[in-house]
Amino acid sequence: MTTNSGIRAIVAGHGQFAPGLISAVEQITGLGAQFHPISNAGLGAADIEAMIRAAVAETGAKVVFTDLPAGSCTMAVRRMAKLGADVTLVTGVTLPILLAFATGSSVEEAVARGRESIVISGESRGG
Amino acid sequence: MAVEHFRIDDRLIHGQVVVGWGQPCGLGFLVLVDDAVVGSDWEQELYRMGVPPEMDLYFDSIESAARRLPEYRADRRPGLLLTGDIATMAALCARVGDISRVTIGGIHHREGRAPRLRYVFLAADEERALRALAETGVEVVAQDVPGAAPVPLADVLAGTGGG
Repeated sequence: MTTNSGIRAIVAGHGQFAPGLISAVEQITGLGAQFHPISNAGLGAADIEAMIRAAVAETGAKVVFTDLPAGSCTMAVRRMAKLGADVTLVTGVTLPILLAFATGSSVEEAVARGRESIVISGESRGG
Repeated sequence: MAVEHFRIDDRLIHGQVVVGWGQPCGLGFLVLVDDAVVGSDWEQELYRMGVPPEMDLYFDSIESAARRLPEYRADRRPGLLLTGDIATMAALCARVGDISRVTIGGIHHREGRAPRLRYVFLAADEERALRALAETGVEVVAQDVPGAAPVPLADVLAGTGGG
């Protein structure tokens, strides 16, 4: 679904995670403008929630991608959803997921693509 | 091992706690002390969703945390006790009497607060509360992640937002 703003989803996370991921989508597909980045850097829980809530309201986006299942952005979106916000939350987002979503896949298809993209190769297991 | 960390963090359960401290310290349980959360089933459910299955999460009021602290201390797993503000931690310390060290993990910007460290912003009454806590013999430091050096309270209060 495309909103009036052209932004289809919010990407929220720690540090420069969101702008970094979106810049990669832009570089690969030229479709980075479909995403609105939010960083939790320097913000308390209430301000993170307020920022995401405002971004959802301003852009009309119905999907929020976050980095960590336990991250403060994720907690904020879960709280919003509990309080009635009409948003779909996807945690643990990766570049393949965003690329698939940007190029027209549904949330479910994009997440499946992301899962398929995780591959271990080589003998060493690094641990 | 027992409760090794007493942390003040206005984000409560979040990445820094669950992953940043949880994984390297091998935390087996978290204790969230918050009088509002302890009375809200849906808020508890919200926080449980953020914690991996191998980590237990307990909810307490100040009163019940003080009562159950011996039990938490007797737990063989490493644990972290968390409050969302200074007042709650100070009240718990006063009730318990033998908490030796409190860590400020994150108190973020809000109207009326001045920047002290990158992740610590304090209002005048909060600074007074921290000083008062330190005067009771509790060592107060700031430390957001395990790899950072703990910053003594005097240095925190002398800070202007860097570090």
